[in-house]
Amino acid sequence: MIQIQPATKNKSVDLARLREKLAQSGGPEYWKSLEELAETEEFKRFVEDEFADRSEEWLKPANRRNVLKLMGASFALAGLSACTKQPRELIVPYVRQPEEFTPGKPLFFASAMPSGGMGLGVLVESHLGRPTKIEGNPDHPTSLGRTNIWAHAAVLDFWDPDRARAVTHYGDIGTWAQCKAEIMSAKANAALRKGAGLRILTEAVASPTAADLLNTIQKTFPQAKWHQYEVVSRAGGNAGTAAAFGRPVNALYHFEKADVIVSLDSDFLTRLGPASVRYAKDFTSRRHVMTDVQKKEQPKENLQEGYQPGPDAPFRNQASSHAERDTAGHGLPPQVKASGIPVDQVTQPRLYAVEPTPSNTGAMADHRFVVKASEVEDFTRALAAAVGVGGAAAGGNAHPAIPAIAKDLQANRGKCLVVPGEFQTPAVHALAHAMNQALGAVGNTVTYTDTPEANPVDHIASLRELVNDMFNGQVDTLIILGGNPAYNAPADLNFIGALNKVKLRVHVSTHLDETAMYCHWHVPEAHFLESWGDIRAHDGTVTVIQPLIEPLYGGKTYTEVLSVLAGESERTAHDLVKSYWAANSGAGNFDAWWQVCLHNGTVPNTALPAANATAKAPAGMPAQQQQGGGGLEIIFRPDPTIFDGRYANNGWLQELPKPLLRLTWANPVLISPKTAQHLGVGSMDVIEIDYNGRKVKAPAWVQPGQADDTLVAFLGYGRTGGGKISAGLGVDMYQFRTTNALWHGSGAQVRKLSGVWNLATVQHAQTMEERKPVRVATLAEFQKEPGFATEEVIQRWDTLYPDYHYEGYKWGMSIDLNTCIGCVTCTIACYAENNIPVVGMEETGKGRWMGWIRVDRYFHGGVDDPEVFFQPVTCMHCENAPCEVVCPVGATVHSAEGLNQMVYNRCVGTRYCSNNCPYKVRRFNFLLYSDWYTQSLYGMRNPDVTVRSRGVMEKCTYCIQRIQSAKILAEREDRRVRDGEITPACAQACPGDAIVFGDINDPHSRVAQLKAQIRDYSLLEDLNTRPRTTYLARLRNPNPELEKG
Amino acid sequence: MPPAVDPGPDTVIGPGHNFLTVTERITNTVFWPLRRTNKPWFYALGISFMFMQLLLVGALWLFYKGVGVWGIIIPVAWGFAIVNFVWWIGIGHAGTLISAILLLLKQDWRTSINRFSEAMTLFAVACAGMFPILHLGRPWLFYWLLPYPASMWVWPQPRSPLVWDVFAVSTYGTISLVFWYTGLVPDLATMRDKATKRWQKVIFGMLALGWRGSAKHWSRYQMAYLLLGGLATPLVVSVHTVVSFDFAISILPGWHTTIFPPYFVAGAIYSGFAMVLTLIIPARKWFHLEDLITMRHVECCAKVMLGTGLIVAYGYAMEAFISWYSGNPYERFMYWNRITGPYGWSYAMLITCNIAIPQLLWIRRVRLNLLMVWLLSLVVNVGMWLERFVIVVVSLHRDFLPSSWGMYYPTVWDWAVFVGTLGFFSTLMWLFVRFLPSISIFEEREVVHHLSGGPHHSPEMAPAQGD
Repeated sequence: MIQIQPATKNKSVDLARLREKLAQSGGPEYWKSLEELAETEEFKRFVEDEFADRSEEWLKPANRRNVLKLMGASFALAGLSACTKQPRELIVPYVRQPEEFTPGKPLFFASAMPSGGMGLGVLVESHLGRPTKIEGNPDHPTSLGRTNIWAHAAVLDFWDPDRARAVTHYGDIGTWAQCKAEIMSAKANAALRKGAGLRILTEAVASPTAADLLNTIQKTFPQAKWHQYEVVSRAGGNAGTAAAFGRPVNALYHFEKADVIVSLDSDFLTRLGPASVRYAKDFTSRRHVMTDVQKKEQPKENLQEGYQPGPDAPFRNQASSHAERDTAGHGLPPQVKASGIPVDQVTQPRLYAVEPTPSNTGAMADHRFVVKASEVEDFTRALAAAVGVGGAAAGGNAHPAIPAIAKDLQANRGKCLVVPGEFQTPAVHALAHAMNQALGAVGNTVTYTDTPEANPVDHIASLRELVNDMFNGQVDTLIILGGNPAYNAPADLNFIGALNKVKLRVHVSTHLDETAMYCHWHVPEAHFLESWGDIRAHDGTVTVIQPLIEPLYGGKTYTEVLSVLAGESERTAHDLVKSYWAANSGAGNFDAWWQVCLHNGTVPNTALPAANATAKAPAGMPAQQQQGGGGLEIIFRPDPTIFDGRYANNGWLQELPKPLLRLTWANPVLISPKTAQHLGVGSMDVIEIDYNGRKVKAPAWVQPGQADDTLVAFLGYGRTGGGKISAGLGVDMYQFRTTNALWHGSGAQVRKLSGVWNLATVQHAQTMEERKPVRVATLAEFQKEPGFATEEVIQRWDTLYPDYHYEGYKWGMSIDLNTCIGCVTCTIACYAENNIPVVGMEETGKGRWMGWIRVDRYFHGGVDDPEVFFQPVTCMHCENAPCEVVCPVGATVHSAEGLNQMVYNRCVGTRYCSNNCPYKVRRFNFLLYSDWYTQSLYGMRNPDVTVRSRGVMEKCTYCIQRIQSAKILAEREDRRVRDGEITPACAQACPGDAIVFGDINDPHSRVAQLKAQIRDYSLLEDLNTRPRTTYLARLRNPNPELEKG
Repeated sequence: MPPAVDPGPDTVIGPGHNFLTVTERITNTVFWPLRRTNKPWFYALGISFMFMQLLLVGALWLFYKGVGVWGIIIPVAWGFAIVNFVWWIGIGHAGTLISAILLLLKQDWRTSINRFSEAMTLFAVACAGMFPILHLGRPWLFYWLLPYPASMWVWPQPRSPLVWDVFAVSTYGTISLVFWYTGLVPDLATMRDKATKRWQKVIFGMLALGWRGSAKHWSRYQMAYLLLGGLATPLVVSVHTVVSFDFAISILPGWHTTIFPPYFVAGAIYSGFAMVLTLIIPARKWFHLEDLITMRHVECCAKVMLGTGLIVAYGYAMEAFISWYSGNPYERFMYWNRITGPYGWSYAMLITCNIAIPQLLWIRRVRLNLLMVWLLSLVVNVGMWLERFVIVVVSLHRDFLPSSWGMYYPTVWDWAVFVGTLGFFSTLMWLFVRFLPSISIFEEREVVHHLSGGPHHSPEMAPAQGD
């Protein structure tokens, strides 16, 4: 046999000598083993020999005997290996189970999502240490248990496979230690000049800890400067309130107290950042109309006899599962009383909306006035003059509706509210606040506090100062914390040109975006789900952000980076936040106080106190300068889903239909029907916009309800970096946006080019085609004919067969169209809860969008100023489900609780069920849509819901996983499931509380009582599908003086 | 041997034929050396074979990627696959009608074309049968539609018309095969006896199942054939009735119609006869069978086409009338959308192809013009395909809620599979006419016997062998 020498046993290494050598730093800087360090003979030989120590043996020529011996041995060993037992591996359960931790049961942690200098309080669902879903925190004043689309999308942002995974230096992988060393040396240099040359650029900061750090830095280095730039900042509002009150203040609106609301180009229901969640809930709280008139005819299956309802008192358990948490008693729609108010006393607030382009707020308005963005100020002046605000002079031709609005406002003194638009001029804000003052609204429907932002500056001025200094060579070190100014700074500033003059540029962000391309260092930013921090809500309430998981890619928080500048050494974010609050809490027992803050998700007594602010008539406000006339007005708006571009790499948001457009994956330029006709342009035509000396090709989209002679350009698309999804989609409209016309400018020219720009829409037909899926009446009509929603319906309940008797539960849903604001949060909540796949632009455009709940949008009336209705449509769980009859393999079946169930395992994919579904709510996996291969997405998925494969039909399940978990809990406690204990993801997310789910067998349940309401109707009722989901008809409250025709 | 000259529309066989000549005329097409086969046959086979490869590629890609390679969407979840399925099943119907019903009705003109039509039925059913499997989201689980004793005790869901369809189509396929093969047995024996080469004798000998032509054989054979005819007769009506249930059972406007069963059956026969004519007109020329497949056959087929076409026209009219008369807004919209919607062109073409143009068949000169009849048969084939397109796609694309309306655009893979089955079908057809007796020899001999006024008119007494 070949003699194989064992590798020579290491001669012991002289450790003492090594230490000495290292101390002298004469040895290698990096070493793999002690042998290498000691430079032993053996090691040198090992490195040199290809076959260390064995090379001689192998090089001997083989002889026949050896070959045969080896072969024989190989055969014998090959046989042996088959008999080898697998090594025994023990799986050891927890010796000591972590507290409150049960595999299979999610835990919920209170935290907050920072968004545009404001926080939204959330509860984060964690499965085995993985954040999988975000829900609203019922204890948080901004959320009250509700959420917006961005909160749900944050989970995907967190697990995004395209996130920056390492510190990079000129694009190569570096280490944080190296980067830190460079920052430290820059800091040391700057320190010699009191910080001159050191600049920090942040987004809007509403974190007390970060603000404290920034203040420390400014104290230490008086010459260093802190700049802020956020695309959608409160700058307009701050400037306006500054004009009205002498300093920037924060206006808090109380829509629940307002009877008459005027929105001056404000989409307060969806576009005021996190505050919109609260505002939407407050606004809709007055629209839950319950009357004492009940539906005359009930479906034949009677309520179960001898039914014992659960105790009425809400109870609160140790929150740990959906079922338990949802009974916590808050965030539920108003308790429905057995009898409502008499029909003739029904009322709801009246909303006037003035806007250039349709918005969710405009869609909810009783009167909507289409006014160009540049003319909103004139409208405001005229209205202010009409309500008697001194100094406001109506100019030009006032809108004919103004006297009626003014009269209505004055008739409701103290119960009315004027809301200025977030993208409107300071003058509009100042005038609106003056009107509120004049109308007695201040203190009632609007209150003022200091701004929750730490340092409310004019962001554009701040950025301009930075850019000028950079061009002048006054900036040596620029640390950009978040944001993407290279992409979204106003075009006329030439931010990139200035940036290139800075000697050391460090960028901290979650993705390698456009700004990262121009910076020397890029540091991955810790997502809020993996970091410690704090953030103020819209009313100032602080939430401590707590991490759900260790940073996936070693990301750093802003505060950690700032701590490098602020102190001697870097401190952890946890240390920073905790020590800040230890110093500022004023609590006796800080640890207990801290625990309570973390648990509740709010820091007590941090809501900002009401500021004593009196708006004075903005007499001196100059009228806005009319820019060079001619051409079309171009209006910039953040995209309805991907916002200012920061969510452009988020597939859920890309594929979420923009509420008014029902479009996905692109930003077309909106044109009114009249203007489009005039220009000879149709939807999806390629147009060239010539504005400010720049020309851009973009797709056109004809949008009913848009102001004539205006173009709406959505910001956020046309990115060149930031991930696989974001790059290359849509058109970059920032290149048009200049500091003198941030939100609207005039003089745009449009030229039609040849060709078609395909856009992926999920709804092709715009009108109801006389089919009345949405039923609407004015309050007067409703009082005259309360049963308007069902009067035309031919009911076909007669059947020869006996009805199925539901012994136990009988689940049902009610959707109130009067409180649905069309924000599509339900859709994205469903994506997150039910592992719904993203199919991409091409597939969506074909008609293969996978959402289980869609929010249909219908226009009604003329194309120039139509009414807009929203209708969430999900699986109706029909009693006579047409899908069930036609499935050849019984893959969709009815449960004993009335659910229409989809058995994925059994589905062979004939798709007949979808063809026979009159609501077309079934979705089919035409291809393998679920991403089975991207590892980082595994952690994101809800383990309670199957990830569907190719060739399988799917649809809404009423969140059966939540139903089951509640039933298991109830069974364990030997009781029935209580009303409100089960909340499907859509209902839970809905800021309008439009969706209510429960047991129809329980006559006291909210859903049973809503279904007994006279406004209740079924979609396509005459088909006798007997859907379990029914709708409450929408009501309007128009001003009789303005009612058309 | 008499020349292969068409004797005109009054007789089913050319003059001068005796038992020997008809036998040789038919067996010769098989026994011809391959290189002496007509050139057009080679071209036709080659082109068909090429198109068949599209089916192969299309199906492989489909299995690899999923049905998403087709243009189907929500709401149009059924597209070309179902259109083609119904179309092919319909084409098959002519064969069954000719072999079963015309047998029972003792129509003399069925004899020359029954074997051909039965083969066509079989191959059309094979094409049709492929589609329900190809169109499944998970085609490897197609057997879940069959009632087999699964260990989990799950059965197909009997209320679904798709399950009825499985039974209807599989029964149809089985009966068609048995009928076709039973009819072939005496002829295979003739081939065996006529064969000169050893391997031909062996192959035909095995296929002939030991047929010796004894009187007992003939007696049992005739009884079996009649019984099979009786069994197949209800299938002519039932198969397409069940196929129409796939639509009529649903609640979709445009599908949920009581007129569907008779109107589908008529349409099936309509398209079936069109396909018979499409194939038999070139085939009889290439193989010099003009004296066996005469103008009488062509004219009779054309008359059946005209008749069934009128039934179909009545169906369209009733559909339109009832959708108006019902007062149902969805039904009314559905019909209006068929005519004026984005797929209006398909409805216009459908009416043109299926109703307007075939009215030319009222004219005898048209019926006796081979080229005209052949072109008309093509037109009807297209029209009947469009009918299924209108029913399947146009009904689905705009149903109840306007918010979920959509448009269906077939992809290259939709076309590949469709054209591929055309290739598959015609490949099998051309192979069949070349390698098997495509006209029933013994029945032709019967015809000769009848025409010669022979003493024995009853089929039991038909001569066993020609020579």
